[in-house]
Amino acid sequence: MKGILESLGRIGAKLATRKYTAGYPEVKPELPARYRARIVLTRDPDGQERCVACNLCAAACPVDCIDVVKGETDDGRWYPETFRINFARCIFCGFCEEACPTQAIQLTPDFETADYARESLVHDKADLLIAGQGKQKGYRYWSVAGKAIGGKDKGAAEDEAAPVDLKDLTP
Amino acid sequence: MSKVRLTIDGIEREVEAGQDLLSASLGLGVDVPHFCWHAALGSVGACRLCAVRVHDGAEDTTGRIEMACMTPVAEGQRVELADPEAYEMRARVIEWLMVNHPHDCAVCEEGGACHLQDMTVATGHHRRRYRFTKRTHRNQDLGPLLTHEMNRCIACYRCTRFYRGYAGGRDLDVFGAHDRVYFGRYEDGPLESPFAGNLAEVCPTGVFNDKGWSETYARKWDMAATPVICTGCSVGCNLFAAERDGRVRRVQNRYHGAINGHFICDRGRFGTLHVTEDRLDAARVGGTAAPVAEATAAARAALAQGAVGLGSPRASLETNAALRHLVGPERFFAAVPEREARAVGRMAAWLATGRAASLKEMEQADAVLVLGADLTGVAPRAALALRQTARGAADALAAEKGVPAWLDNAARGAGEGRKTPIALVTPMPDALDDVATWALRRAPEEIAPLGRAVAAALGGAAADEEAAGIARALHGAERPLIVVGADGALVEAAGALAEALGDGARLALFPPEANSLGLALTGAGGLEGAVAALEAGQARTAVIAEADLFERAEAELVERLFAAAETVVALDSAETETIRRADIVLPVADWSEAAGTFVNHEGRAQRSFAAVPNGRSAGWRAIRDLCAAAPAWETLDDMLAAMAADLPQLAPARAAAPDAAHRLPLGQVARAPWRMSGRTAHDLAGRVPEGTPARDTDAPLAFSMEGAHGTDAPPALRTGYAVPGLHSASAAPRVTDGPRGPLKAGDPGAFVLQGVDAPARETASVPEDAATGAGLIPLALDDPFAGDELFRRAARLADRCPAPVVALHPEDAAARGLAAGMPVAVAGAAPVALTLDGDVPRGHVAASVGRVLPRGARAPVTVEAAS
Ligand code: SF4
Ligand code: SF4
Ligand code: SF4
Ligand code: SF4
Ligand code: FES
Repeated sequence: MKGILESLGRIGAKLATRKYTAGYPEVKPELPARYRARIVLTRDPDGQERCVACNLCAAACPVDCIDVVKGETDDGRWYPETFRINFARCIFCGFCEEACPTQAIQLTPDFETADYARESLVHDKADLLIAGQGKQKGYRYWSVAGKAIGGKDKGAAEDEAAPVDLKDLTP
Repeated sequence: MSKVRLTIDGIEREVEAGQDLLSASLGLGVDVPHFCWHAALGSVGACRLCAVRVHDGAEDTTGRIEMACMTPVAEGQRVELADPEAYEMRARVIEWLMVNHPHDCAVCEEGGACHLQDMTVATGHHRRRYRFTKRTHRNQDLGPLLTHEMNRCIACYRCTRFYRGYAGGRDLDVFGAHDRVYFGRYEDGPLESPFAGNLAEVCPTGVFNDKGWSETYARKWDMAATPVICTGCSVGCNLFAAERDGRVRRVQNRYHGAINGHFICDRGRFGTLHVTEDRLDAARVGGTAAPVAEATAAARAALAQGAVGLGSPRASLETNAALRHLVGPERFFAAVPEREARAVGRMAAWLATGRAASLKEMEQADAVLVLGADLTGVAPRAALALRQTARGAADALAAEKGVPAWLDNAARGAGEGRKTPIALVTPMPDALDDVATWALRRAPEEIAPLGRAVAAALGGAAADEEAAGIARALHGAERPLIVVGADGALVEAAGALAEALGDGARLALFPPEANSLGLALTGAGGLEGAVAALEAGQARTAVIAEADLFERAEAELVERLFAAAETVVALDSAETETIRRADIVLPVADWSEAAGTFVNHEGRAQRSFAAVPNGRSAGWRAIRDLCAAAPAWETLDDMLAAMAADLPQLAPARAAAPDAAHRLPLGQVARAPWRMSGRTAHDLAGRVPEGTPARDTDAPLAFSMEGAHGTDAPPALRTGYAVPGLHSASAAPRVTDGPRGPLKAGDPGAFVLQGVDAPARETASVPEDAATGAGLIPLALDDPFAGDELFRRAARLADRCPAPVVALHPEDAAARGLAAGMPVAVAGAAPVALTLDGDVPRGHVAASVGRVLPRGARAPVTVEAAS
């Protein structure tokens, strides 16, 4: 009983507060960078695609709306041959961003993703891949991974010793 | 077996005595972390991950930390997995193993089905403390089948223990010292062993993986798996075929306790992927593409003229039974020469005497005689089994000294290298020579006489030294085993030997193909019968179901068939020589598109299911549509019922797997794993269909993730092991009864030979083709990497397969004015560069089976320089 009265009181008090109307869409709201809306795929500091098609975002996605198909370039990089998000299903939970080991997939504050046709809510890689690093700057997965790619030989990643010389029997 | 009682983490358990604590725990469903232990390879105690606290009994309150894999179970033992000190030790072991491990999971094929990931999670290690440099390695190019990423190695030695110790390979080894050890070859190059592909499953990390899978990659949690049967040879290994987007991405071992156990051969793993190569999609009439309906109508018109049917040793029982129904039993023949049809028929008769040896039983034999067969080429997995047979004597000696076989290194030492007596009688040097006590070389026609001499020696007759020695070894054995391939004379010799040896003797008879035995059980005669019927005008049309005749019979005989038949109707899944020559062509399903039943070399009927949805129509469905009065075969179960009515001897095959109406408490069995990501985005380029998953009318399996998973399903329907926390092939010991025992709910398959009366012994046994006349006697060369006309289409296996061979003894070549490297034609076949080989018996020509000569041919052939 006490709870109900208390709630009623709080709601009633709102009658006295000043009205606030957002002027949207003429006035765009300013949202914090961590706001979770439109999803983008970013690039590393060298301008290379960050995504390595590991499929972790797809696995983390509770509504299964991310489809990734792995491809491999001639110099050994894994990359997504297909990267597709069905925004008709996406619930903007941000799990994909949390799961991503390369900081490739990021949610942005751009929430204006509505459309008239459901078909156009299915976004492919060309719609998702942006030119920059997004909000996570500086991370380059390939510099910490052990797999060699063109321009980064074995032993050339961060904290790696030169490849073992197998003929060497010294302790 | 006696039992012992012990407690694990406070729960009292009863387990079989004589095993190690790790095997016992896994069998009970208690996940003790482990690396170097492998169910098939035993314990070596190298990785120290399986630490547990063991108390000897109630009075022992302190206990001690022990390696579970090295500790035998004992009465009254108290085992604590959760002991803080043991837990801490396991966590530190993993931390050390991870010190040099690359930050690779995202770009590692193993990820998601990685034993190292599983163990890391199981021991709670999640933060890296080590801040120094990681050691790195260069990779090697190991050929077209496997990847190599040595940085990921944790030095568990499973790979070399499998490759060298279990599979007898020589070219993979460990190099270097201490934490820099390297597992690879002396130099880059393809791994030689035909079992190398198993490294992808044996290695608990991402060092070795399936290269083809990496190319068309999908994570394990994103692929739907289907239980299928390998059609690469008569062993009938059980496989998982993993599919995504309608494409088979990978084939892996599916545990079967009596057949393949933990391993398959490379032909099965990589050759089965022929289904991803160009396929036969369009029907044809007179060489031009036509709608299926039109081709079917044309075929029906031709059939009305009277037809013979040629059943296939690689097609399912259902397809063969349908064809037999279409043309009638008198006009139903096998697409193989009479000699093979008869030899396989005799195999069935001998197996029906209850002497069939499974691969498991082969491993348990204590004396073996192999007559004629190049086992590694004919039935590769059986050759791997024979290698374990060879070790039996050493294990027995070790056991006498009180060292159990699971204590791998100790048992090898205590076994003093003793070898089970194995006599290998083959025309050419054999891949198994290194495990043979007697590696005897005999010309093909001298092998059956040797077999008979051994049988005579068993009866007390005088024999030469070798025959007498072999007879003594077989006589002294409790479980002697005779192994032969599809050669009429050798089958009889083997049978006679088994009878002379008494009830304990077993026969391992390997017919050439996956369903050779099933076809023989339909009672079909050989190709010659079909040719005679056509030539006599009793029929004018020939219907060939899923077989390339040129692969299986002499060109001359096949040409006679094509000349005598007015119309040849051929059904197959891929372009073959027979398809090219046929008048009417109908595309039908390959193994990945339709369910079917296959009878393996022991007479075990096994069901294979469709791995991809919406495939081409199954062979028997296409044949149903050819019937004048279409039979009411809608589903596989209808077809099986019709088959059981027509061929009562095959009725038990219906029980190979539950029928399509079978339901579990959770409904059907799900092919797809729970995770199956991307379902609402995948394949939706520019559209949003809200479709339902494809339905399978021929199996109680769903093409979705809804339904039962893992061990909730009956063994014949398992689509995965589905053990929580264990995602790799290392989960297999959790679903088996003992590390190498049967599946907990029983191994799948139904025997069709049980209760079948052996066909009356032929008084005049199969005639040995008299090797008379001019020319050279053919000698078949099998190759584990070759396989039949379909398997040879698989690009990666084909890359690994040696070029076709024609080899002569140097003196025979010189007598014909032929020199090494010269293109020569054997019996008019396409020219092949000649090899000179002193191991080829004089008067013979050794040539690749299927590619140069049909198998089993014995009539002399011409070998001429090709112009
Ligand atoms: S988790 Fe990141 S790297 Fe992996 S597939 Fe998704 S976006 Fe790409
Ligand atoms: S081997 Fe396992 S732990 Fe290592 S990178 Fe590959 S998936 Fe990750
Ligand atoms: S390559 Fe694999 S199996 Fe071999 S030692 Fe390394 S981790 Fe073990
Ligand atoms: S080819 Fe034979 S031995 Fe090899 S996997 Fe297939 S059935 Fe087994
Ligand atoms: S599994 Fe026991 S020490 Fe490796």
